[in-house]
Amino acid sequence: MKFVTAIIKPFKLEEVREALSALGVQGMTVSEVKGYGRQKGHTEIYRGAEYAVNFLPKIKIEVAVRSEMAQAVVEAITASARTGQIGDGKIFVTAVDQVVRIRTGETDNDAL
Amino acid sequence: MMNDITKWLGRTIIAGAAALVIFSGQAYGQAEAPPAEAPAATEAAPSEPPAPAETAPAEAAAAEAPAAPMLNSGDTAWMLTSTALVLLMTIPGVALFYGGMVRKKNVLATMAQSFSVTALITVLWMAIGYSLVFTDGGSLQSVIGGLSYMFLAPMGLNSTHALAATIPESVFMTFQMTFAIITPALIAGAFADRMKFSALLWFMGLWLIFVYAPIAHWVWGGGLLGSMGVLDYAGGTVVHLNAGTAGLVCALVLGKRVGYGSENMAPHNLVLSMIGASLLWVGWFGFNAGSAVSAGANAGMAMAVTQIATGAAALAWMFAEWIVAKKPSVLGMISGAIAGLVAITPASGFVDPMGALWIGIAAGVVCYLASVPMKRAFGYDDALDVWGVHGVGGAVGAVLTGVFANSAINSLGMGWVHDGNFGQVITQILGVLYTFVYCAIATFIILKVVDLTVGLRVKRDVEVEGLDINLHGETVHS
Repeated sequence: MKFVTAIIKPFKLEEVREALSALGVQGMTVSEVKGYGRQKGHTEIYRGAEYAVNFLPKIKIEVAVRSEMAQAVVEAITASARTGQIGDGKIFVTAVDQVVRIRTGETDNDAL
Repeated sequence: MMNDITKWLGRTIIAGAAALVIFSGQAYGQAEAPPAEAPAATEAAPSEPPAPAETAPAEAAAAEAPAAPMLNSGDTAWMLTSTALVLLMTIPGVALFYGGMVRKKNVLATMAQSFSVTALITVLWMAIGYSLVFTDGGSLQSVIGGLSYMFLAPMGLNSTHALAATIPESVFMTFQMTFAIITPALIAGAFADRMKFSALLWFMGLWLIFVYAPIAHWVWGGGLLGSMGVLDYAGGTVVHLNAGTAGLVCALVLGKRVGYGSENMAPHNLVLSMIGASLLWVGWFGFNAGSAVSAGANAGMAMAVTQIATGAAALAWMFAEWIVAKKPSVLGMISGAIAGLVAITPASGFVDPMGALWIGIAAGVVCYLASVPMKRAFGYDDALDVWGVHGVGGAVGAVLTGVFANSAINSLGMGWVHDGNFGQVITQILGVLYTFVYCAIATFIILKVVDLTVGLRVKRDVEVEGLDINLHGETVHS
């Protein structure tokens, strides 16, 4: 089992969700987060006072999938979240040791 | 902390009770001494020659027929409306305007300032403020009014005031109360994020009595500025220059916010500020057109020039910022609108539409320069630009009133451009200087007294963590 974490531009969330649903991904967790990478931040000016905003708003998507699906999920996110502009985000894939569905007690692939 | 508060509460209650006893004793004493004459004496025109350029046209009518007050239902209806509009400017207008501009940790504390000042000034105005501004001060008349109207004791159902002979005095008193409320409420923007709430209440109360009351009396109560011929239709000097000057002194005495210049102090929600500024704009029709104290041609022209100057100033600030900072910001547009409203205030009963256009353009550009490059050059932390917008805008408006006043609009105001009366410009400049100097000195003294007794500024930890949770025990949840 793999755990896919993707940081994307907020306005791309709906496209990414549709792409993953089309692949048969059953669920996901989404959070509003802030951070920076190569895009760095931006500058805001209020009555002449300039503020460097270092942390930009992003969306974090977390999906746990069967190992054999991981590559397709990564490709689907890459395709749907890409604008070609700096700040499109990153995808991290990690191994998952155990999964439990709390309601039924099912484990691992049965719980996905 | 708790001990401090308990001690402070105790002292406040004792002092307040003592003041009440003294005040009420005096009021009743006065009411008893000259039994029937008291109301009549105060309603008649001041014993000294009345100001040559009193702002309210209603006064002329009063002078012609002082004997039997003829209430006019049209005037009264408009003044009831205007009073509600001007109250709307402070709550929620100023509260939202300022509340949106501070950081999220201080939004409730900032709005609490506007709201508590509204309540406090209401009571103080009833107790002593109205009397000090609008009654005859006898030998001190040029400086301050008298005490005969303390607690409004002589005001009856059918009383009228000489400045507003066609409406009930109860309406005139309440209308003027809303002006007394907004003036100190505006000052709070200068020391946003760092003043103790107890200090705020003391400062605002003392400031009303020792700064607002005398200056309002000088201009509108038959005091020295009115006698000099200073034109101030709706309070450009009394309200805005006065509040702006006090704001500048507050910013200098309290010092900068912790982290000023290094930390992000961006407004937390400009939507609130936009709503607040819009309410101020709408409410300002009560402020300026209401200052005609009648529902007629003067009120109509005051409304028209107010709208024109405000639109021009919003554009002027916006374009100035667009050129300098490359983007036309929402904060810039609404700041420009407020600057225009401030600047047209003293002129609103005296100028024609072209004069209003010029005043608006000048206010937008000059207030932008005062609030952005000038503030940066001097380095003071006037947090929400009370001086830059209200002080400078009030001064610009006061001087330009002398330039553009048109006797075809109001026979009481002869200006430079239309009537060739350059002397009026000089008179206006003197009015600005008198107000600035007195207000600055008196505000400084009040701040020092409050600092030595109650303490002005919150502790550093409180300021860093935020005033909402520390001063009021509440927070705004997202």
